[in-house]
Amino acid sequence: MHSIPGRRLIMGLFLVFLLLPIYWLVNMSFKTNSEIVSTMTLWPHTPTLQHYKRIFTDESWYSGYINSLQYVILNTIISISVALPAAYAFSRYRFLGDKHLFFWLLSNRMAPAAVYALPFFNLYSAIGLFDTPWAVALAHCIFNVPLAVWILEGFVSGVPREIDETAFLDGYSFPRFFVKILVPLIASGIGVAAFFCFMFSWVELLLARTLTSVSAKPIAAIMTRTVSAAGMDWGLLAAAGVLTIIPGALVIWFVRNYIARGFALGRV
Amino acid sequence: MDKTVNQKAWFLVLPVFLVVAFSAVLPLMTVVNYSMQDTFGNNQFFWNGVGWFKELLDPSTDLGGRFLASLGRNLFFSLVILAIEVPLGIVVALSMPREGWTVAACLIILALPLLIPWNVVGTIWQIFGRPDIGLLGYTLNAIGIDYNYVANEFDAWVTVIVMDVWHWTSLVALLCYAGLKSIPEAYYQAAQIDGASRWAVFKAIQLPKMNRVLLIAVLLRFMDSFMIYTEPFVVTGGGPGNSTTFVSIELVKIALGQFDLGKAAALSLVYNLIILIVCWIFYTVMTNAGVERKIQASSEPAVEPKPSAALKPMPALKPKEGVA
Repeated sequence: MHSIPGRRLIMGLFLVFLLLPIYWLVNMSFKTNSEIVSTMTLWPHTPTLQHYKRIFTDESWYSGYINSLQYVILNTIISISVALPAAYAFSRYRFLGDKHLFFWLLSNRMAPAAVYALPFFNLYSAIGLFDTPWAVALAHCIFNVPLAVWILEGFVSGVPREIDETAFLDGYSFPRFFVKILVPLIASGIGVAAFFCFMFSWVELLLARTLTSVSAKPIAAIMTRTVSAAGMDWGLLAAAGVLTIIPGALVIWFVRNYIARGFALGRV
Repeated sequence: MDKTVNQKAWFLVLPVFLVVAFSAVLPLMTVVNYSMQDTFGNNQFFWNGVGWFKELLDPSTDLGGRFLASLGRNLFFSLVILAIEVPLGIVVALSMPREGWTVAACLIILALPLLIPWNVVGTIWQIFGRPDIGLLGYTLNAIGIDYNYVANEFDAWVTVIVMDVWHWTSLVALLCYAGLKSIPEAYYQAAQIDGASRWAVFKAIQLPKMNRVLLIAVLLRFMDSFMIYTEPFVVTGGGPGNSTTFVSIELVKIALGQFDLGKAAALSLVYNLIILIVCWIFYTVMTNAGVERKIQASSEPAVEPKPSAALKPMPALKPKEGVA
């Protein structure tokens, strides 16, 4: 790959631009509130862990993280398991309405969450799932299932068709072929798709907030509420924010080589 | 690769169809239902026909005025961020280090903003931009620029745009980087022999190879910026006044704030229709580009050796990487 002159400088400046706001958040999370409000300091002069301690000991705070993780994991499992066979079908076969179906899926990935907020609220209240992780997990399927289908379709298409044919000649039944041969072959693709489902479910707030009230409230929603009630506890807000960044930062490491391909929906 | 016709494939697609239909078609039908009715509360509804739609598209009414104004703001916002993020993303992708551990480090830092919950992105910039406690706001005011995103419309816009650039430029950069990585070294060597300039290499080799990913990047960025809600809502709350109220913010205000179901539903449908049309245009362009590429590829001699799959034992086979 050939790069442009001054690339180190450009890259450096851009990375600083990306990291500076995050640094400021981390910096604030270790300061006491009086230090935040009274002086302008580039690093915490009286570092404190009080905000983190509060989050980890107060149930109304840490339960938010558990709730969030619950629906995110549920959603990832549902999305991947329904998307796998569909990805295989789209990759290998032509059938009645396949192109229209694919476009319909695409359009759902692009549908604005704001449009669905109110009808989802009605729907999940009607079937008694309101304020459970299931409601949010199912609601997030609307954009994660299409995404998973796309990414997996790209990876399945990368598996040579001869493998299917050989397996069927060897007497594999379809389900057995699927589980024993195809799934291990596209394991990295499944990982990438799971990563993206995890990520988009993790970052979404509008639907998650609308579909929960007390017992399944996500951390993102708890942050917005507590802050306005407590008269701006900046340090606590910053600490909660830092803790929401950590899961994402951890999973990036595992998929670092596939990030770009995944964002291109498996089609680079 | 020719696909075989097999109608039984529908059984494989059925689960996806059911899940997405449950969470897309059912709610959409309620929206259609509401959009034709008016309510005076108490769950009593009256037939209103296309009344809401007429009002929505007429700028002289309150609803129409708000909708069209927010639509205009939203389109302007999308165009501005595309104009900044696409060139910047290309430049960043071209600036990626060639090899070594710095590649992984850069990739991870680039991906970091993409994994932050959207309201936390808002929070980060809300804090960062505040004149009293934020580094950015404090510095700007210290060097004599009067900056306050809560009170000044222009500052609010700049903050929202810079925040989006911060949040999403990495996506464009990562996509372009993936496109660049797929260019064989031989192309560059040929260009060197021809004595091509840096600019000529970019225009003749790198840009055409990035076409496809750039299209995806523009599509994703346009769509996501067109339905942006959380980040500007956290930072500016749509203000000052209505200056950063985008379509989604307006919609949520009407639907969940005022519980004006009919109006909100009509707005939703029109909003969705716009998205659908844009989506369809992109999809057509994208599939056409794919067909052209395939025709091109089949007219050229195949560079990659075909995997001689049929007779090898199963575990020895690896999936071909990077096949579209």
